[in-house]
Amino acid sequence: MIEWFSSGLFVAGATLALLASIGVLRMPDVLTRMQASTKASTLGLGSLLLGLAIRHPELSFVIRAASISAFMLLTTAVSAHVIARAAARGGAPLWEGTIVDDRPPTGRGADGPPS
Amino acid sequence: MPVTIASLALALAILAVAAGVTFIRLVKGPTLPDRVIAIDLIGVLMVCILVVTAAATAQQALLDVAMVVALISFVGTVAYARYIERSQS
Repeated sequence: MIEWFSSGLFVAGATLALLASIGVLRMPDVLTRMQASTKASTLGLGSLLLGLAIRHPELSFVIRAASISAFMLLTTAVSAHVIARAAARGGAPLWEGTIVDDRPPTGRGADGPPS
Repeated sequence: MPVTIASLALALAILAVAAGVTFIRLVKGPTLPDRVIAIDLIGVLMVCILVVTAAATAQQALLDVAMVVALISFVGTVAYARYIERSQS
């Protein structure tokens, strides 16, 4: 039973990572690509680590899996935000279906000094 | 046990396909942030492959390697983003 559960988690995590890469390939825009890559790959890695911790329920494996999971949960958000800020300030072209663009119309990327 | 072996092999195959698909975006990507996103996703996929390999071989050292790869990928992404912002101003 435990084996079936962890096997399902492994396949589900790998499928989520595949969905993230398909989203990166097919999304029309820098910001939407970043969104697809970050969220789906974080959930996929978390599911893989949960499958690992269920398959090897020793303390050393569980501690390492938990620390990798916490670290990725923290850092993927930060790195996605940093890339999105750099792309938005640089005037990255948005998808033509975009409705709201809060960037100032004159001189995209001129909303303050880049720090 | 054959269920576990088969699922690990299937997960590795899916992750390899995902890395290939991401590499297409890395080659095509019209702007530099697209390529940085692709590199970041390839780093996460490397961590995923290392975790699956650690589960298959029961080696704890591979999890330490996965941690280091995640750290270096994060630092590299932040450095690329800073470089993009600097080169625009």
